[in-house]
Amino acid sequence: MTDVDILCRNNVTVTGNPHGRTVVLAHGFGCDQNMWRLTVPALAADHRVVLFDYVGAGRSDPSAFRAERYASLDGYARDVVEVCQALDLRDVAFVGHSVSAMIGVLAAGLAPDRIGSLVMVAPSPRYIDDEGYRGGFSAADIEELLESLESNYLGWSAAMAPVIMGNPERPELGEELTNSFCATDPDMARVFARTTFLSDSRDDLKGVRVPTLVLECTQDVIAPREVGAFVHRAVPGSVLVTLDATGHCPQLSAPVPTNTAITEFLSSLR
Amino acid sequence: MCPAGRDPHGADEGQATDARFAALLEDSAEELYEGAPCGYLSTLMDGTIARINATLLDWLGLDRDAVVGRMRFPDLLTVGGKLYHETHFAPLLQMQGRISGIALDLRDGDGGRLPVLVSSAVKHSDTGEPLLIRTTVFDARDRRAYERELLRRRRAAEEAQRRAEADRARLQEAMAALQQALLPPALPAIPGMETAAHYHTASPDRLGGDFYDVFPLDDRRFAFFLGDVCGKGPRAAAVTSLTRYTLRAAAVHDPDPAAALTTLNTVLHEHYGGDDPRFCTAIFGVLEPDPATGQVAVHLASGGHPAALVLRAGHHPGDGPNDGPNDGPDGEVGGSAEFLATPGGCLIGILPEARFVSAATVLAAGDALLLYTDGITEARTGHGAATIYGEQALREFVAGYASGPVDTLVHALTGLLDGFGEGLDDDTALLALGVQAPSQLPAA
Repeated sequence: MTDVDILCRNNVTVTGNPHGRTVVLAHGFGCDQNMWRLTVPALAADHRVVLFDYVGAGRSDPSAFRAERYASLDGYARDVVEVCQALDLRDVAFVGHSVSAMIGVLAAGLAPDRIGSLVMVAPSPRYIDDEGYRGGFSAADIEELLESLESNYLGWSAAMAPVIMGNPERPELGEELTNSFCATDPDMARVFARTTFLSDSRDDLKGVRVPTLVLECTQDVIAPREVGAFVHRAVPGSVLVTLDATGHCPQLSAPVPTNTAITEFLSSLR
Repeated sequence: MCPAGRDPHGADEGQATDARFAALLEDSAEELYEGAPCGYLSTLMDGTIARINATLLDWLGLDRDAVVGRMRFPDLLTVGGKLYHETHFAPLLQMQGRISGIALDLRDGDGGRLPVLVSSAVKHSDTGEPLLIRTTVFDARDRRAYERELLRRRRAAEEAQRRAEADRARLQEAMAALQQALLPPALPAIPGMETAAHYHTASPDRLGGDFYDVFPLDDRRFAFFLGDVCGKGPRAAAVTSLTRYTLRAAAVHDPDPAAALTTLNTVLHEHYGGDDPRFCTAIFGVLEPDPATGQVAVHLASGGHPAALVLRAGHHPGDGPNDGPNDGPDGEVGGSAEFLATPGGCLIGILPEARFVSAATVLAAGDALLLYTDGITEARTGHGAATIYGEQALREFVAGYASGPVDTLVHALTGLLDGFGEGLDDDTALLALGVQAPSQLPAA
């Protein structure tokens, strides 16, 4: 794969200040780079901002999808490293939302020269409760989630609308329903969901060797505060900031404190 | 015309209507809210439930006290719904101020799921501050079942289509293999001669009925044939197969061309006589090289097949100023092409007794014999039947290649066939047999 192929595969966009530190913004499950639309303006003046979509999300190249590659978070981490290589990025600050926070940890392990710091937004290294660990979900919860995805419940995804309606001659019908926001291919989303919600990356946290900021929300049904505390404890030398925000997407529900926490962390880096 | 005065009947009806309206008017806003046939819900901006109607509490099987001020809207959702709410619903609502008709599942008190359609709108203060979120919830069980049925049918249709395409691909593969089996994998090397062949398949869906072959008769002579079975598809292919084996066997028995075709005629007529007559056209011939002169004697017979073309190099290297075997398609060096006439021969297999026309010629160094099927001459070059390519056009075309090697000729003809595009709707077989020019002979 050439560099251009990789940049097309992941729909990479580069914006902001070309002379600033490079910040890679990585979306989580069920979303695409639109997730960062309130973050980019806060970073663009002083940072070069790199955005991308994971394969299967947004405007990535669906033909690049390989179920076996993306059956583990490593596959996504390799994509991140390849994007960094294609742009020859070094010492980037990797801002990962939700499952992407863990993908960033894995990518930093794969390419330490590429990734120099991590911002973990609402991270969770394991969603399912375990002995002495509360991830917020029971195994049955996650089974139900995966089952609902597998049976393509409309309840789950507005991306189902075009699948059911099958209206290629009137794409606007599908677009209206999905609101063209965080577009995700349902089949590929199923693979990503399984990879995400069955993952257990707790052991990877202690291997982090770069400055790390952990951002959690006061009320997050996906990643409860116990999980934020766990990540903070496990990542050596990490900083934990609890945002006064509800929900799992503080970059949208509380953009100002989120952006402030990120920019303060970035300016603290040498 | 209405009678004046009161109609006791009408008065009763009027009073009943009034009573019904009165009942409606007494249905207070509170009652409308609580007992509405849909769920109502108001939350603070962080999702905390501030108000919920009796209908929704009933669906959920929850007590008001356990919900108001204690639960957030996402708490009512299934896990998938929570995730969807966090990543799509809430951001869109924040961005647009309203969102409608989103399919979600509520989790009821018994752990079951209730499919619903949810619409929400943000209420703002006079100064534009978002105050609360109003949400309506509609029971979507029937609709969800219907949608699932649609989805199931769609999947079944996609699966059927996928299977049909796979079957079709398999069939095409099998037919291509069968088609290949009907043609010689490679032509044998004939000392002092060069051979070239091409087979154009009009449609991958249909087995073609054209055939050709070249094979040694003894240590000196070679036999060749080329023909066209009427019809297409597996039944035509069966005739093709029978025809090839019959001609090869007949040639062993008696290599006289007319005799070989007569044997074929007898076999086809006996085999396919009656309800399902099958016949073909073919040219069968024998090559007899003379090592002393380098010339090749050709004897052939035709059963209703288009006449073979004889290409004369016209001169040999050293004869004139424009020397060389590849003097080009312009034919300026005197190369020519003429039909080797075999008029009036019978179609093979149609009559119990058939007469075949024989012809003979001698090919000198650089000369060649071209056999072809009517796919090329009947290719349409315009609209209507009058604009077929025709035998004369073919003769003029090949004359331009008369002094070159036969693979150049066949390559040029392949290009010609490709150029017909849609106009070429029949299979076409080409077989060219050339005598090497002296310059092409090793150590000449």
